[in-house]
Amino acid sequence: MAIALDPQAPLIAQPSRWTLVLRYLRRNPSLPLGLVLLIFLVGFGVIGSLLIDTSTRAYPLAAPPVQPPSAEYPLGTDRDGRDLLAVMVRGVLLTGAVGLMAGTVGIVVGTTVGFVAGYFGGWVDAVIRWLTEVLMTIPPLVLQVIIASTIVDKNKVTIFTMAGVASVLAWMGTARMVRAQVLSLRERAFVNMARLSGMSNLEIIFRELMPNMLPYLAASFVGAVMGAIGASFGLEALGLGPVREPTIGMTIRWAVYHSAIFNQWWWWVLWPVLALILIFASLALINRGLDELANPRVRRTE
Amino acid sequence: MPLAYLLRRVAFMIFVVWSAITLLFFLPRLSPINPVRERFAELQRSTGWAPRDLERLVKVYEVKFGLNKPLHEQYVDYMSSLLRGDLGYSIMRYPRTVGDLIAQALPWTIGLLSVTTLLTFGIGTGIGALAAWPRSPQWVKGLVTPLVVLAAIPPYLLGLLLIYFIAFRAKLLPMGGAYTLGRFTGPELSFPFLLDVARHAILPALSLILSTVGFWALGMRGMGVTVQGEDYVTFAEHKGLSLRRIFYAYYVRNAILPQVTALALAFGSIVSSGILVEYLYGFPGLGSLLNAAILANDFFVIYGIGLITILAVAVSMMVVDLLYPLLDPRIRYTRA
Repeated sequence: MAIALDPQAPLIAQPSRWTLVLRYLRRNPSLPLGLVLLIFLVGFGVIGSLLIDTSTRAYPLAAPPVQPPSAEYPLGTDRDGRDLLAVMVRGVLLTGAVGLMAGTVGIVVGTTVGFVAGYFGGWVDAVIRWLTEVLMTIPPLVLQVIIASTIVDKNKVTIFTMAGVASVLAWMGTARMVRAQVLSLRERAFVNMARLSGMSNLEIIFRELMPNMLPYLAASFVGAVMGAIGASFGLEALGLGPVREPTIGMTIRWAVYHSAIFNQWWWWVLWPVLALILIFASLALINRGLDELANPRVRRTE
Repeated sequence: MPLAYLLRRVAFMIFVVWSAITLLFFLPRLSPINPVRERFAELQRSTGWAPRDLERLVKVYEVKFGLNKPLHEQYVDYMSSLLRGDLGYSIMRYPRTVGDLIAQALPWTIGLLSVTTLLTFGIGTGIGALAAWPRSPQWVKGLVTPLVVLAAIPPYLLGLLLIYFIAFRAKLLPMGGAYTLGRFTGPELSFPFLLDVARHAILPALSLILSTVGFWALGMRGMGVTVQGEDYVTFAEHKGLSLRRIFYAYYVRNAILPQVTALALAFGSIVSSGILVEYLYGFPGLGSLLNAAILANDFFVIYGIGLITILAVAVSMMVVDLLYPLLDPRIRYTRA
């Protein structure tokens, strides 16, 4: 029996791709919120450095010392005569650059190590597991302090040194995650199929395994960037940062060092603290959103 | 508990600790920086001796600290003195020993961090359990995301805000230190002193609590969601047990296991997790000691703190592995 369908009747409307994306974002508000914050911060840094000459104004002796916020210096100036608006603009970019550099190293090294350990197994896996176990035993801040205080000359620290020190530990989380994922994917039918059809190891890794792990890798990358910014902030707070660069962490370091709170120079403390809080909050929201995307089990339903 | 498993686990822990210490020993020695020279060069800049005297002093002290010997001999010396519990002398407070300085700072750190760790565990686990419980009000469920975001912010930053708004502006609590210096000459065991210490510890504790509650809440919520779907929870509901009973005995009791192991791990890192906050508040724990050591290039104190933190983490990892089968009957001791 055929059901007569009225060809004119509207089909149940399949929402367009964009509607679906929007609906998903509404269920998972962390992701758009974090992205908006991030875009705001990047915009602040990029547009700010186009409007203000940060290469002089963010450095000492560019302005009269300890001016409270005014029309000329909207965020005030610090004790060494840096214009804090210029410092914030440059600081956000420098801090982001340290995080991106270390995060990139972390994700590349971590993914490689994780794939090698998980895919090939055997003694390679044993060595890598031993190494991560040993490194996990040393508290990150302590290891980084030891590296930064004993290997590097304190007065020659640059943001590249910071990124280097931060990336020493940035790969471990990714490596563990990738290894666990590879172990669980390795025995699936589609991987066996690929192997039987004569794909090489590299081809299997890149064409079969990698695409399945992209959301995890994205979340892991954000985590690594966040960890690197946190690590470099810790070092900067302890006075092991780049002495000559106006990163946000160094600005806080100088403010604390010169007892800005006690001297009632509140603006010198408040802006950098707020800037770092915004950076961490945006990355944490993105990370949580991506995590939800990658892990349907924690997904919230309406 | 099978003895063979215990022995294997202890051996593995010793192996890991040995590797970590070896790494920490060789890492700084790869660098051209000489700690003794750094220290005296700094003194020289502030007092202005002749460079010739500096070289002689460096020589004398290198002999004294054994830094002139070949690397492998230094390593053997270092390891054998560690086995005797000797961490060497502090450079900045010579002739005091590293062990002495750490022993003085450690009680402060352990006191502050053990209280905050237990408090955050309780608060965070409670919030997480309620957030995953279907009958909780909506606002409790919405609490987790803000707490997770808060957890991404270093406690140091929260501490700065608390100092500014609560201690400096509102003058409600002291800005730093561990006790009022004018009132007490040193630590003593009296009620007013303890009260004073508690007052000074509130802000550091609060900065640590605010920034770690989210971690516990997220963990408990994740476990809670999986326990929700278990048959025994549904069965308990159908038996008509009271909600209270289901909540505590069926749901929390089963979801809390990973939290307990995380708590044991957190106790391993209490020596290191408060370092920045302690330094910010001038709390006389390991954090302030580490900061002083960094400023003075006192490498032996830095290694000593590194060693203590490594030992604490390694031991707690081992304890977790050994405890887990006792807590969860589904897990047996087998080859790792």
